[in-house]
Amino acid sequence: MADLITLRVTRYRPENDTEPTTQDYEIPLRKEWAVLDGLNHIKDHLDGTLSYRWSCRMGICGSCGMTVNGEPRLTCATFLEDCAPGPIRVEPLRNFPVIRDLVVEIGDFMRKLPQVKPWVIREEEASIDSEYLQTPAELDQYKQFSMCINCMLCYSACPVYALDKDFLGPAAIALAQRYNLDSRDQGSAERMDVLSAAEGIWSCTFVGECTTACPKGVDPAGAIQRYKFTAAMESLKAFLLPRGTR
Amino acid sequence: MSKRSTEPLLWLLFSAGGVVAALLIPALLFLFGLAFPLGWVSPPHYAHLAAVLGHPVSRLGLLVFCVLALFHWAHRFRYALYDGLRLKHLEGAINLLCYGGALAGSAVAGYLLLTPW
Repeated sequence: MADLITLRVTRYRPENDTEPTTQDYEIPLRKEWAVLDGLNHIKDHLDGTLSYRWSCRMGICGSCGMTVNGEPRLTCATFLEDCAPGPIRVEPLRNFPVIRDLVVEIGDFMRKLPQVKPWVIREEEASIDSEYLQTPAELDQYKQFSMCINCMLCYSACPVYALDKDFLGPAAIALAQRYNLDSRDQGSAERMDVLSAAEGIWSCTFVGECTTACPKGVDPAGAIQRYKFTAAMESLKAFLLPRGTR
Repeated sequence: MSKRSTEPLLWLLFSAGGVVAALLIPALLFLFGLAFPLGWVSPPHYAHLAAVLGHPVSRLGLLVFCVLALFHWAHRFRYALYDGLRLKHLEGAINLLCYGGALAGSAVAGYLLLTPW
């Protein structure tokens, strides 16, 4: 008989439960199985009522972020064997309202993201058959920030976001920097007001948990500190220089 | 609005303070706490050291170091109280304590360093 491992899953069914509860499921402990495979096994064979989000199973879609043994993780990239002997606690992402079981309400992030205009902004579009050439060095400036998959593990890990839901948050700022640092982009001035507001970069106290939590090697804490310097220099300039020379 | 206008300046002081403190304090601790007492490096003569410290440029440098380090402390301690102890509702008092303390400490440092010994 195959080895078994217990998944201790947080359940919350708003029509029945006033408080979240936990439910234990025994699942096969297979070498190639991630926590998400365990959840899919539960859904398919043990309890079809369990709700959770997932899609790609390969760390690209950013849907399956949950709290595994207390840490924000992509469940598709967290292997059962690495959590053995269990029980493995699977909870919804922290810092977000829970809709049902392991599904969280992500509207806050979805509203914040477009505020930083995460797309290439051009003052004038070049003609359709021309190209925006970029050197490898220019690509390196922003490449790591472009790896963000919007999984929101950084929001779940961020103690500032836990206290202050108005904080723009790590991923949104890192994605703003992804475009600010892109040589083809001309939109940094348009992003400045949102980024340098009190609820933007200045709320960050550089705890650095976002960078630790990121499953894609993005460094949002670094992006924020870097932008703090840019914004501080801008406000010094605004303070010291007469209007015309800015 | 006031947070928005003063925060960048306070952060620059915090940041500069962090850099000078991280660079200078370990070097000074190493020299005066370990290397000189343990004889790894032969210490300068007292007269030499006193002359270096007495020079206006050294004193100004030390003053800048003290002021920046104090503002570094103020900013960090403010957020430790805000977020760590969840005292953000006491914002006014905390700001007064932290930045007022840094200003007072700077004044004391200025008095000690810039008046003749």
